[in-house]
Amino acid sequence: MSTILEVKDLTKKFADIEVLKGISFKLKKGETLAVIGSSGSGKSTMLRCLNQLSPPDSGQVLLEGVNINAPGIDLNTVRADMGFVFQDFNLFIHLSVLDNVMFGPLRVRGMSKKEAREIAMNEIERVGMIDKIDFYPAQLSGGQQQRISIARALALRPKLILFDEPTSALDPELTGEVLSVMTGLANDGMTAIVVTHEMGFAQSVADKAIFIDQGVIVEQGVPEKMFAHPRHERTKLFLSNFVGLQ
Amino acid sequence: MEIIRILISELPQFAKGTLVALEVLAGLLFLGLVLGLAIALAEIFGNTVVKFFATTVRKFLWAIPQLVLLFLVFYLPFDLNPVLAAIIALGLCSSAFQSQIFRGAILSVQSGQIEAAKAMGLSKPKIIFYIVIPQMIRLSIGPWTNEFSSELKDTSLAYVVGVVEIMRQAKYIIAYTFGNTAAVYLFVGVLYFILTRIGTYFFYRLEERLWVPGFEKRS
Repeated sequence: MSTILEVKDLTKKFADIEVLKGISFKLKKGETLAVIGSSGSGKSTMLRCLNQLSPPDSGQVLLEGVNINAPGIDLNTVRADMGFVFQDFNLFIHLSVLDNVMFGPLRVRGMSKKEAREIAMNEIERVGMIDKIDFYPAQLSGGQQQRISIARALALRPKLILFDEPTSALDPELTGEVLSVMTGLANDGMTAIVVTHEMGFAQSVADKAIFIDQGVIVEQGVPEKMFAHPRHERTKLFLSNFVGLQ
Repeated sequence: MEIIRILISELPQFAKGTLVALEVLAGLLFLGLVLGLAIALAEIFGNTVVKFFATTVRKFLWAIPQLVLLFLVFYLPFDLNPVLAAIIALGLCSSAFQSQIFRGAILSVQSGQIEAAKAMGLSKPKIIFYIVIPQMIRLSIGPWTNEFSSELKDTSLAYVVGVVEIMRQAKYIIAYTFGNTAAVYLFVGVLYFILTRIGTYFFYRLEERLWVPGFEKRS
């Protein structure tokens, strides 16, 4: 499989605090990458640097070989190609479920209403919400909202999706329904980067995991091996907080 | 009751005055809306220079009494007719107030939604048009209804530059009713009350129509 994303030496400072101190990794098409680490370690910042929601200070982000962290790049096109799913869903509250999911194809991709509707219906079906197309976000549970926000990201037909702690605002039951949608995506061959505290999901679904601590990648590898035999003390300590991992 | 007979016979004059008042009101609210929205967008989304300019203009319009602005515009060397002068002066004043209504409403649109739109690759003008403005309208109706009734009353100020609105008509009538001044003003007061109620009724209906399922309704 070909490399879809390559990150080289990404750095980011907020005021005097170095949040990212040179992050580098590669992702192949169809892979799911789990990014783990404690709160404040720089995981989310790293994700937000990838699509420039917060622009990195230095380093390269190569999307299919093109450095998108360079002057002259049309950021809107790049962002449309990288889906983003937020911790707190951020659905458009004045739009129905169907209109939320149609929004990208219609307003970003410039498709006709008919095409947009077709794509939206497909994606809503995929996340199992077809009976709720006329509902509004405020009428849905957190888990349902998150599934719609995944459908909204998918409707743009992105090259990869970035998940920023997609289940951290949900209770265990709702977490389950969102994770099962994400597992389905991974099985369908969607490329994804998932910042998560769901170690079970990372272990069973992700092809690769990276552990970030204080702005650097401490360890990376196949999740099963990494979780069972962490090589670094810091990784060991972090993983020891999770019960039920072998 | 002589005065009642007079008031009834003068109803056509009051109707004329009411139409003129509504004309001034519509004009000034429209001017205030366009300018106010422009000021709000400039204050929130503009760069430093635009922001500074918008804020300065708004602060001036905010600070100058309507009466002063009315005379100022009327006596500008453009030979404006009184109705137009009133619309411009009161509209400028209203724009300062309306801008703050819109500014508050825009800032109440959750920043997460704007970030989500940005992350989808939507340009800034499109974000404003498709995400911010539709939500802003719904949030603005309440305070805007307040501004509407306040401006409806302020059209009575236009009488000082010679606009023949309700107050001016009242003055004409008082001139020959001798001693029933209070009764005429009472009638005028009731007239403003009725106009305000009719107006707010329609805004409440509009608010209902723009209600988004899942949110609280006005009880």
